[in-house]
Amino acid sequence: MKHETLEKNSILLLVCILILVSIGGIVQIAPLFWVESTIEKVRGMRPYTPLEQAGRDIYLREGCYTCHSQMIRTLRDEVERYGHYSLAAESMYDHPFQWGSKRTGPDLARVGGKYSDQWHAEHMINPRAVVPESIMPGYPFLATTPLNSADIGARMAALRIAGVPYTDDMIKNAVADLKAQINPDSRPARELLKRYPKAKVAKFDGRPGEVSELDALIAYLQMLGTLVDFTAFDASGPNLR
Amino acid sequence: MTDTKVERHAFADAAAVLGGALGIGIGLFLAFQSSDPAMALHGVLLALGGVLAVVWILSSAFRGSGSNDDGQGYMDGPIKVATIAAVFWGIAGFIVGDFIAWQMAFPALNLDLPWTTFGRLRPLHTSAVIFAFGGNALLATSFYVVQRTSHARLAGRWAPYFVVWGYQLFIAIAGTGYLLGITQGKEYAEPEWYADLWLTIVWVIYFLVFVGTLARRKEPHIYVANWFYLAFIVTIAMLHIVNNLTIPVSVSGTKSYILFAGVQDAMTQWWYGHNAVGFFLTAGFLGIMYYFIPKRVERPVYSYRLSIVHFWTLIFLYIWAGPHHLHYTALPDWAQTLGMTFSIMLWMPSWGGMINGLMTLSGAWDKLRTDPVVRLLVVSVAFYGMSTFEGPLMSIKSVNSLSHYTDWTIGHVHSGALGWVAMVSFGAIYCLVPWLWKRQGLYSLRLVEWHFWVSTIGILLYITAMWVSGILQGLMWRAYDNLGFLQYSFVETVEAMRPFYMIRATGGLLFVLGSLIMAYNVWRTIRGDTPVDVADQPRVAAAPELRPAAA
Repeated sequence: MKHETLEKNSILLLVCILILVSIGGIVQIAPLFWVESTIEKVRGMRPYTPLEQAGRDIYLREGCYTCHSQMIRTLRDEVERYGHYSLAAESMYDHPFQWGSKRTGPDLARVGGKYSDQWHAEHMINPRAVVPESIMPGYPFLATTPLNSADIGARMAALRIAGVPYTDDMIKNAVADLKAQINPDSRPARELLKRYPKAKVAKFDGRPGEVSELDALIAYLQMLGTLVDFTAFDASGPNLR
Repeated sequence: MTDTKVERHAFADAAAVLGGALGIGIGLFLAFQSSDPAMALHGVLLALGGVLAVVWILSSAFRGSGSNDDGQGYMDGPIKVATIAAVFWGIAGFIVGDFIAWQMAFPALNLDLPWTTFGRLRPLHTSAVIFAFGGNALLATSFYVVQRTSHARLAGRWAPYFVVWGYQLFIAIAGTGYLLGITQGKEYAEPEWYADLWLTIVWVIYFLVFVGTLARRKEPHIYVANWFYLAFIVTIAMLHIVNNLTIPVSVSGTKSYILFAGVQDAMTQWWYGHNAVGFFLTAGFLGIMYYFIPKRVERPVYSYRLSIVHFWTLIFLYIWAGPHHLHYTALPDWAQTLGMTFSIMLWMPSWGGMINGLMTLSGAWDKLRTDPVVRLLVVSVAFYGMSTFEGPLMSIKSVNSLSHYTDWTIGHVHSGALGWVAMVSFGAIYCLVPWLWKRQGLYSLRLVEWHFWVSTIGILLYITAMWVSGILQGLMWRAYDNLGFLQYSFVETVEAMRPFYMIRATGGLLFVLGSLIMAYNVWRTIRGDTPVDVADQPRVAAAPELRPAAA
């Protein structure tokens, strides 16, 4: 066939373009949904608690991913600096993923538990109060803005449609669970822990009163990278890709 | 015959008014129904757009005019809108970009307010320059090129206007959304579900107008620039729809959750992200190169055969390159290796395009010295060659282990974005303005000369600063002391970046300055001021109907 044929027929040209540009995506994306070794079988992964998910929504809203990655690569220096390299399983409930592409600030994939809640609260309000050389913006308004928790159940329902295994029970009790997570040793908090084992319950921003946006963000940061039980993870096992 | 034409116009007017009314209805519904203030604001914007459209359509229908043809029967109105919009959004996007560059040197500039932090302004910058500036440059040039090379008027009576104004509405909705924290949290795909839906409608109409115009062509052959525009329009539609598959929390709220998660979402995102580069910022702008360079230097394209080979290989290979953004991550190795392999292969078609663009100057190299518009166009192609060499290099896993997550990537993107995309757009805008507004030439060719040098120096400062800071950063992260411990804490690497951030921001400031010079020049040209140096301008600088016959 001469190229002239394509040049003289716009529909034929269009069809050829469509076929050619479809191949790469089909080959690279589709298998990730059905090749089983893509996501490792691990112990410990659970969906985010309502407060953590609300914190994650704030993380997105403020564009934290423009400066922070959440993906520790399989390189010696990264593993020594940040901890075990990230597994695909660790972001299996992340809609969308937040692996990031730039480290103006450090990686956050395993920031959970690395600093105290109080450190986070002070750091978010004024980063240079705790890290003088930091160039991170301050987020003082998070501490004074009450968290909008009214639609958290609807949000979790939307996430369930996208594939996160939230139960009816979890969605029904979303608002109660959200508030319970900042009330340690309370009855609602025990209920929360039944639904989300090992979730961290604490007065995250250290201020009394309503749940603030800062509470939610710190709750999210403090659980990042803490779920998978690495004592039970065997990298050389059937997970080797 | 006349009657059917009148009837057709009346039908088109009625359909357009109905479309506008639908927009007003949906807009008002959202404005009053939504408990989400951002959604209410965007409902108002949509309704306002609908009102303006209806008023405009009705007034021109009753004036009986609607004559948006120029003498040759081409429809240039929408092109003028998109050209001015490109200049406007370009400057806005460059200023925001330079502001956030200064924020990285002086964090106090974040002002600690929700609407002014780096995290919200950075998507505003990237979207403004890629989609608002670049997108309008593509709309303007594609509508111009497809008409001239097909000898046909744009398809549709109101559709081309809907495309350009609908696109501006998309930009307004997306941009105000970012400032209010409305985002999907996916790079270069930040607009939320309803903005995406609106863009899909605009894009489908854009596609229909483009293909409809090709179908009307009086030339048997479809010109090479149009192959690139066509590939750009279809592929962007595919990428946009798949990457933005999302579950809205409610129909009257802004929030949605992306359908895919984790590793699948990452792969889809970078399949999209890298091909936003490949098809939006490369294929579309190669369309500009293939029309404006031959026109401006009055020489045919260097090689017809090369253009065929590099077109088909470019569009086939580019789509595979995405995984090079995910080296050493939790993406399976086979996908990473595929991404790297195809990225390296991409070097060939990229340079094929560069050679075809540069060699078109054969026998006219002197114009590089005498015509700064040619220089903008040609230097842009040189930058294209440089960054498409750098890209495959950075996609090699061992190089990427150093460069990824650092400023080197930012520098690489800007050598492509400022050097290639912006420069070739500037060249095209300088060509288009006198052609569209029927002027003897640009107001001042000397100002183009100034624009060229000021922005070139700005780009060089930018990319050299980012090379040094990026490589320094990568080396510091992996440096070990002689006891075998990591040598630097993270914050020490942040501190080391400061001088380079200041140099980069200064380079950016020069680039902004250059674009302001362009805006002044364009404004004086459109206003119809007598050119100050018309004698120095080549004959092609004038609108086609005002050119003296070739000697």
